[in-house]
Amino acid sequence: MLSKRIIPCLDVRAGLLTKGIKFKGNVDIGDPVEAAREYYEQGADEIVFYDITASSDKRDIMIDVVRRVAETIFIPFSVGGGIRNVDDMRRVILAGAEKISVNSAAVDEPKIITEGAKAFGSQCVVLGMDVKKVEASAKIPSGYEIVIHGGRKFTGIDALWWAKEAEKLGAGEICLNSIDADGMQTGYELNLTALISDNVRIPVIASGGAGKPEHLAEVLTKGNADAALIASMVHYRTYTISEIKQYLNNKQIKTRMLW
Amino acid sequence: MIAIINYNAGNITSVARALQNIGQDFVITDDTKKLDAASHVIFPGVGAAGEAMAYLSEKKLDVWLKKFMKTGKPLLGICLGTQIILDYSEENDTACIGLVPGSTKRFPEQLSSEGQTLKIPHMGWNGVTLRRSHPVFADISPEAEFYFVHSYYPAPSDETAVLGTTEYGMTFCSVLAKENLVATQFHPEKSGRPGLQILRNFCAWRGNVK
Repeated sequence: MLSKRIIPCLDVRAGLLTKGIKFKGNVDIGDPVEAAREYYEQGADEIVFYDITASSDKRDIMIDVVRRVAETIFIPFSVGGGIRNVDDMRRVILAGAEKISVNSAAVDEPKIITEGAKAFGSQCVVLGMDVKKVEASAKIPSGYEIVIHGGRKFTGIDALWWAKEAEKLGAGEICLNSIDADGMQTGYELNLTALISDNVRIPVIASGGAGKPEHLAEVLTKGNADAALIASMVHYRTYTISEIKQYLNNKQIKTRMLW
Repeated sequence: MIAIINYNAGNITSVARALQNIGQDFVITDDTKKLDAASHVIFPGVGAAGEAMAYLSEKKLDVWLKKFMKTGKPLLGICLGTQIILDYSEENDTACIGLVPGSTKRFPEQLSSEGQTLKIPHMGWNGVTLRRSHPVFADISPEAEFYFVHSYYPAPSDETAVLGTTEYGMTFCSVLAKENLVATQFHPEKSGRPGLQILRNFCAWRGNVK
């Protein structure tokens, strides 16, 4: 049977991790390639990189990071942030990433999903969704609204509608981030995750709110998520990925235990 | 020398990097002369059957593969490369190469396990149950899992061609083997250490070469 995936997320700015990641003996790692290697060794099933480089002239640095990561780890990884068109996607994929994720760009111009899927296959195109809970209304019947530009701009788009629409447009997977839960370490937004996951046929990665292994267990069962994204809880070495996987396996949640 | 067939079907670079990692020299080519000179051939692929077959037949690589199969030299299919070595694929209603009798089918719309509707594509890590031992799977733990991403699966008509199966709401053939051919639905190049071990085993395998 298919295993649930545990996916650490690394934020990269101008080729460096935005927060040093603490590993053995409190060594600070600022190099995304080294961090990826460490998580690969710990049993990560996949890795997500977000390039939060503000200026476009430094984007080439990320391409070099992607190339070095691809030479170092032999599991799938995706790259998001700053991808505006098929040419941007191609550069990242040719450098060695399996998947690219689009977020704000897909809201501004949904055809980027279709074009990406046509050029590289649906399995390469992940739709990143940043979602905020709002009052349910005629416009936002699910009570969850899509926000873009790092959570600053409300779009008036219903999250459930957008997830279904993106699936039709050719997205192969959804990475669903709750802005409300993000950074709180108090657990994933389970209602939101189940709502989206139950209403699309493509896999859903839950994101935002993970603070302890119990949170992953909840979102992978009650939330019906296919995968769980984690950040702080492993970056600050509160837990290792192998500890989290051991916990989940003890709870009869199947994860890959041999790597 | 190992040759990777280049036919514009996505992530050939990841196969190349995995071979680099295990210290194996290789060429990436669609030139049949260079392919003729290879000791082993890897036929990878990500993408759709229709476009892949159109490109292969334009380059006459479909005919070349049939010829290569007869040399007894080891041939490894990966993902789409595995699906299109059968006779036919339901994806884009495509006539395929036919190294192994059978067809590639789409997962049924209603696919469920323990009351849960399963997602399509089948994406992520899953196990493989081998029906017999094979040199390419030497030293691979039965607990090992491999990275899959696909909506279609190979269904050889000859059961003896099924080397391994995987469970996903149904049992499907995830590894094909026939004479000097081994073909996996999963991506060994993206399956961590067990995947690299399979590539290493393949490179050391002689196929039917005496």
